[in-house]
Amino acid sequence: MLAFDKEYFNIGFLDTLSYKHSFVHSLDPRIKLLTTLAFILCVVSFPKYEVFQIIPFFFFPVFILSAGNIPLKFILKKLLVVSPFVLFVGVFNPVFDTEAIYSLNGFVISKGWVSLLSIMIRFILTVSAAFLLIATTSFMGLCLALERMKVPKVFVVQLLFLYRYLFVLAGETMRLIRAVNMRAFDRKNLSIKLFVSITGTLFMKTIERSERIYQAMCSRGFDGEIRLLKRYKINFTDTVFALATITVFIILRKYDITNMLGRALG
Amino acid sequence: MSHHIVEFKDVYYTYPDGTEALKGVTFRIHHGESVGIVGANGTGKSTLILQMNGFLLPTAGTIRIGDLQLDKKTRSEIGKKVGVVFQNPDDQLFMPTVFDDVSFGPLNMGLTIERVIERVDEALRTAGCYELRDRPPHHLSLGQKRAVTIAAVISMQPDILAMDEPAASLDPKARRQLITLLKGFKHTKIITSHDLDLILDVCERCIVIANGKVKADGPAREILLNQQLLDENNLELPLSLQRR
Repeated sequence: MLAFDKEYFNIGFLDTLSYKHSFVHSLDPRIKLLTTLAFILCVVSFPKYEVFQIIPFFFFPVFILSAGNIPLKFILKKLLVVSPFVLFVGVFNPVFDTEAIYSLNGFVISKGWVSLLSIMIRFILTVSAAFLLIATTSFMGLCLALERMKVPKVFVVQLLFLYRYLFVLAGETMRLIRAVNMRAFDRKNLSIKLFVSITGTLFMKTIERSERIYQAMCSRGFDGEIRLLKRYKINFTDTVFALATITVFIILRKYDITNMLGRALG
Repeated sequence: MSHHIVEFKDVYYTYPDGTEALKGVTFRIHHGESVGIVGANGTGKSTLILQMNGFLLPTAGTIRIGDLQLDKKTRSEIGKKVGVVFQNPDDQLFMPTVFDDVSFGPLNMGLTIERVIERVDEALRTAGCYELRDRPPHHLSLGQKRAVTIAAVISMQPDILAMDEPAASLDPKARRQLITLLKGFKHTKIITSHDLDLILDVCERCIVIANGKVKADGPAREILLNQQLLDENNLELPLSLQRR
């Protein structure tokens, strides 16, 4: 399979996941958005050299992952793709920040290594939480949640259209690249000229399609405003879920549970 | 009711790039009639459909839909009367779920929420795709997408249905279901297609367009049996009438 095809089906998979049925999927999108944001905020707000106190926060992604029936491998793969960028952010910390912070039997660990570790843990937590949010919430639900949380409608509608036509455009690109490959045989690197003409074709196709979409919208009475039906209701389970998770976040943020546990057990 | 008339009088249309698509089209379609519009590729069939709901305005000549003459002021009113189903369902299903797409028209008509939901459910049932209600359009097959586009249009309860190549690239069973569906509608129907068997099945009248003009207009059975006429227009005898 061509590289582009693979990517196409990858996005498709993420989208398919969001239409499963589970406890997590059935929660109100607003609640999920809110708890995820609270989670990210808590994780990010720890001091620079904190490691142990952050670890308990893994309960949240693990819970969503297992309750939402999301394959772990899929999320790990996604994390792996993004990780080089994050690694780059903290890669020089051990070099510059050489002050010792822990020492174990003469083996000294510098502050730089700890902060790098801290960055990586935070990255794994926040990015996996974001991915899990998308994997357990339909995009439509997320957009509706944003709309009801007073995000300007223009942005919400833009997102909706982006979502709807992302697949159409990606499909079109995929077919175009297939067609090129079919007749390019083993020539691996396509010339700039070809690339330009492919982008040009896609651009023209997009413009023409947008015109036809606009026609279709007009013929169904579009007057500049997209009306969305409100269909989600926050019920008892949602409220309990939000209260419980956010309370846990605050407790974990305020008290050093790892330390307390360690002391209690030790 | 005699007012669901579609009348083209000497209609000309030239695209901004200079392509003359229609060169004097005249016909009159009465209430409840189903009319097939056939012709070779590039003879102006799609242009004709785009004129019906006022998306394109004729460069010359007049179009009347019911009691209204099509112009800039009446085009939105006419848009409610004529439901157009476009060639490519991906152009028409622009909302993220089937339900949202079908409810788009009724919501714009200012109906109450209960009425909208009622209409959407009814339209989805009529088009035989109620179970697709919460699915996103990009996960549907072409036949399913087609059914949803039809539901989206009939949810607005138009008087006239205009369709551009409704059976294009459908599998035989989906095509047969579409034909049964179309036969069940009491609306005035205007269908362009190269699928002459579909026209023969669904329409009692047939108009042949050639080079932007009406070449022939009459009962579908007569027109679609006229071998010479069909030949001249890059068409051929419907398969069901061909002797093997």
